Amino acid sequence: MSNTAYDRVKLARANNRPTAQAYLSALFPDFFELHGDRAFADDPAIIGGIATLSGRPITVIAIEKGRTAKERIFRNFGAPNPEGYRKALRLMRQAEKFGRPVLCLVDTSGAFCGIGAEERGQGQAIAQNLFEMSDLKTPILSLLIGEGGSGGALALAMADEVWMLENSIYSVISPEGCASILWKDAGRAADAAECLKLTAQDAQNFGIAERVLPETGLGTPPFYRQLSVELNDMISKLCALDTEELLSRRYARFRKFGAISSPFEKEAP
Amino acid sequence: MPSFQFLHRPKNPLEQGGRNSIPAKPGADDAELSEQCPNCHRQIPLSQLWNDANTCSCGYHFRIRAAQRLALLADHGSFIPEFDGLLGGDPLSFPGYQKKLSATQSLSGSEEGVLCGQVTIGGAPCCIFVMDPYFMMGSMGTAVGEKITRTFELATELSLPVVGYTVSGGARMQEGMLSLMQMAKTSAAVRRHSQAGLFYLTVLTDPTTGGVMASFAMEGDMIFAEPGATAGFAGARVIEQTVRKKLPPGFQTAEFLQAHGFVDAIVPRNEQRAILARLLAMHQKGGVR
Repeated sequence: MSNTAYDRVKLARANNRPTAQAYLSALFPDFFELHGDRAFADDPAIIGGIATLSGRPITVIAIEKGRTAKERIFRNFGAPNPEGYRKALRLMRQAEKFGRPVLCLVDTSGAFCGIGAEERGQGQAIAQNLFEMSDLKTPILSLLIGEGGSGGALALAMADEVWMLENSIYSVISPEGCASILWKDAGRAADAAECLKLTAQDAQNFGIAERVLPETGLGTPPFYRQLSVELNDMISKLCALDTEELLSRRYARFRKFGAISSPFEKEAP
Repeated sequence: MPSFQFLHRPKNPLEQGGRNSIPAKPGADDAELSEQCPNCHRQIPLSQLWNDANTCSCGYHFRIRAAQRLALLADHGSFIPEFDGLLGGDPLSFPGYQKKLSATQSLSGSEEGVLCGQVTIGGAPCCIFVMDPYFMMGSMGTAVGEKITRTFELATELSLPVVGYTVSGGARMQEGMLSLMQMAKTSAAVRRHSQAGLFYLTVLTDPTTGGVMASFAMEGDMIFAEPGATAGFAGARVIEQTVRKKLPPGFQTAEFLQAHGFVDAIVPRNEQRAILARLLAMHQKGGVR
């Protein structure tokens, strides 16, 4: 692979990259959308609903960036507001109630940074998702199809399995943001992207993603057919686990991203 | 004033103590030094500031080091530190990080950005974590996340409540997506503690933002804030650049959060110990059943 980290950032953000809606219509012809967080509004940046995958009912939650200029504005460029995360959580609780697995499609530069978002508790909304997803009693599989922007992406990726497309990224901060903090120069984003180790391959090396999916034929029918088979295989495996095992696996999955004890660890006084 | 304040030139505002940085404990020579209150512009001698828990008589709360805060809260001699010596290393081999980290360690005298342990407050036992604004602005890397996670695991094992003081510029970008994972890891530990019927109280202090705000800071059964503290998800400058509007006055302050329903109470520093003691006593052993 000759792609640099920043090449992949650009690919992950590319305007012609299939967005969540393409996956929804290709993978789930019977997808039925469910709107609203039951508290404030319906966030168009997150599409949620119910579908079947090989006959099995499944809850699908996807961050949508929009395909045309007009749609992108409507979808807020895939930057969810708190009501989006609350809608997602509402649908996840519903999935838990009915024993449906959850599939999340993640593609966002990050949770929206706006005045209303702060007034309605963006931090609290993300925190609540992490808190409850950590022991949601049904399998969760998250697939990063483009950008995995920080907490806004993690709020839909606290999952039993996290898969990433070959040219998707996962990062704690945008390379531009990192460069402007470190070097006061957003123009050095390419250097920052390299330092941040944000590619799918890096994520797999850290154990943050279980699988990196090749993008051969991205957006074509064979691509979706293959993806559908693999998603179904994994979801069947996760559904076969008993709840207790599923939840202890999920806890351990995130628990392992730990600190290295110092070789000079001091005796507790 | 210790010399480090002149030697250590932070490269960005998130990593400095802020313009209000004051030494943890003034020595005899520092008696004549003073700090200006940014609110009422009065000059306050450092020794007086120390005695008043880093608050001004006008009500302004200066930032305060983790160790000093702990001294204000803990029953004398009751603090048992836990998980010392946990270090996160440099998992990304991020340019300059190791150097910055060891410089911060030697200048601040602490290993990482959070103090954890067991303590009694007004006789009520609990586990506590106190983040330090003077350690890379309380940013959360793997070590901070690990220590906080272990605090919750210990508290769950011992059936103790947790009191958490948060201050953070967010996830520590030099540890990349591993820092991000700390949000998930800590949240899962808070959830287990909560499911065991145990009490968790957070106090948001200036500033609590980013990945800490979007995880354990907002997961308390009760959430307090210090007067005037800035707390929010996104940085004010980022929001201004995104929406291209001037932010309303008082945006993202403790008072703003309370008005919008995200904070239970705004509690001045000098009242915190008494209120914590009372609430902890009401929540011993899993609370009133």
